[in-house]
Amino acid sequence: MTEMVEKSVARTATDTAAARLKRRYAAERRFKAYGIVAIALALGFLATLLITVFSNGATAFVQTEMRLDVTFDASEMGLGDDRSPDALAGANYLAVVKNAIYARFPEVEGRSARRELAAMLSNGADITLRDLVQDDPSVIGTTRPVWMIASDDVDMAIKGHIPRTPGTDGARLSDQQLGWLEALEQSGAVELKFNTLLFTTGDSREPELAGLWGAIVGSFFSLSITLMVCFPLGVATAVYLEEFAPKNRWTDLIEVNINNLAAVPSVVFGLLGLAIFLNFFGMPRSAPLVGGLVLALISLPTIIIAGRAALKAVPPSIREAAMGLGASRLQVVTDHVLPLAMPGILTGTILGMAHALGETAPLLMIGMVAFIVDIPGSPFDPAAVLPVQVYLWADSPERAFVERTSAAIIVLLFFLAAMNLAAILLRKKFERRW
Amino acid sequence: MSLALSLPETDSRLAKVTARDVNVHYAEKHALKHVDLDIRSNEVTALIGPSGCGKSTFLRCVNRMNDMIENCRVTGLLTLDGDDVYDRKIDVVQLRARVGMVFQKPNPFPKSIYDNVAYGPRIHGMARDQGELDEIVMTSLERAGLLAEVKDRLLEAGTGLSGGQQQRLCIARAIAVAPEVILMDEPCSALDPIATAKVEELIDELRENFTIVIVTHSMQQAARVSQRTAFFHLGELVEVGDTEQIFTNPQHPLTQGYITGRFG
Repeated sequence: MTEMVEKSVARTATDTAAARLKRRYAAERRFKAYGIVAIALALGFLATLLITVFSNGATAFVQTEMRLDVTFDASEMGLGDDRSPDALAGANYLAVVKNAIYARFPEVEGRSARRELAAMLSNGADITLRDLVQDDPSVIGTTRPVWMIASDDVDMAIKGHIPRTPGTDGARLSDQQLGWLEALEQSGAVELKFNTLLFTTGDSREPELAGLWGAIVGSFFSLSITLMVCFPLGVATAVYLEEFAPKNRWTDLIEVNINNLAAVPSVVFGLLGLAIFLNFFGMPRSAPLVGGLVLALISLPTIIIAGRAALKAVPPSIREAAMGLGASRLQVVTDHVLPLAMPGILTGTILGMAHALGETAPLLMIGMVAFIVDIPGSPFDPAAVLPVQVYLWADSPERAFVERTSAAIIVLLFFLAAMNLAAILLRKKFERRW
Repeated sequence: MSLALSLPETDSRLAKVTARDVNVHYAEKHALKHVDLDIRSNEVTALIGPSGCGKSTFLRCVNRMNDMIENCRVTGLLTLDGDDVYDRKIDVVQLRARVGMVFQKPNPFPKSIYDNVAYGPRIHGMARDQGELDEIVMTSLERAGLLAEVKDRLLEAGTGLSGGQQQRLCIARAIAVAPEVILMDEPCSALDPIATAKVEELIDELRENFTIVIVTHSMQQAARVSQRTAFFHLGELVEVGDTEQIFTNPQHPLTQGYITGRFG
């Protein structure tokens, strides 16, 4: 009797245990499923973003060009016998361009028709000719085929972004222009070529002439200033707070404030930069110098926090070992702690810089939103930066700027990815086990 | 109250390190109470006692490693060859060059074996040229009984050695600075018996040139390697005497209880 009772008790015990075990496994599976769903959602959003950007922007890396037989007539160019560089730079290439396209369609007559014809080429087509002549003045007096940039409307029509059926809503080319385009295409005189201008010129009102190089150089100058300011300052602050500062109310207060600074909206830093760097110190407006300083203020808390975490992660036994040998506090830091913490500090710095690269709002505050055509030659010249260029282009009405905005985003993303990759490689290279 | 006071005063001419009424407070905690202790030259002194009894705290007073700890306050007189260790004029860096330390867990720097040993001599400017530095490194490794095992891979990472080898590397690193006293804080607690035996043998050899203070949880180890033993309990120095006497004829009931394993 007792034996039976014991057996049944034992069985119920194992039954409840089995049921509990089952519930536990079920809970675990559910938890895993939540995680997978969350990751899948995140990846889905990322994929949507990337696909949108790339499908919109991919076509901006090519540009429609037209081949025309150009006659370099010295008198049309207003050159005479002068072949000096100044004369070549100032010659009238526009006339040559126009003559070339008029010659291609000799049947077109009348001013308005001819104007429409000339409008199929970009306003910058003459620059191609100028470069050609400056490279090799001997072309003057000859006739040769030259590929010239088409206008943005022609470009959009070729890429299929605006309709080519005459009279359709949104067709920006006239029936006549569409007809000429057709003729040019049939003779193989229209081609999509790699858009070198995108990577060699500054901003422009004409989409087909607008480039990112000015913004890339501006971003480079800004980030150089940022790095030069915030890396030494951030590392010094982190080292002092972590290794030397006494732990008291003041250092606690400083620590809390640094953590708070990391959460301050970046536009506030922009206002600070406007008030201090521009208004008080009178630094140049729209310059990468000021942009870099403002971005340094924004990245500084990130770098300090990352630096302190990296320093904290160095095992105390290493400090003790060095101390025990009679190393001074500074020697302990410079010989042992800092080298061991460097991978972490560098990772934090690069991530802070990547953040700074994508920052827009504070730069609007200090005037970096200006329309700047020239490539900056130094951090003191007015310049745009990549995210501001995206902002400016996104604001432009021309259809061709839509794809260029996406192209600018692709370039920006490329630089961000490159910087993150650098962070990973640096960490791998300097990582040491103990 | 300290019982050590009532013991016959040891020959203080031989004392390398003397402690008189040394007290240590960690914030509110009175960790070490009125300790009087002489540590004799060229002897191994073992500090034993249950966990938290203050033996490591005492050890870390001698080279002022307690300075690193916030809220740690040391009072009383602690001298090394008659120099007050806690005198304002004493340079901690110089002090630690005279009093080396080996830690519980082997803690080689993540550098090469050579650089581990050479670090101390380098920062103290002990070698005039590379040849002298090489010699210091080689002698130190030799004296730590490690040279034969590592002489072909001096430029490999010190962290790649076995635990016992790492601890001997740490000892080599400590003796490379030519200290007068070596403090060892449970140097064998992370080692296997064979590595322990090697380190103990090494300690016995090092006694010839150095004064050694070793904190240990193993009474067998204290009995094997030390000439004198001090027993700590709850922050007080209960009894100090020749190792043989402590283990065969302890004077205090607490000591007797501890060494016979009744508590601890």
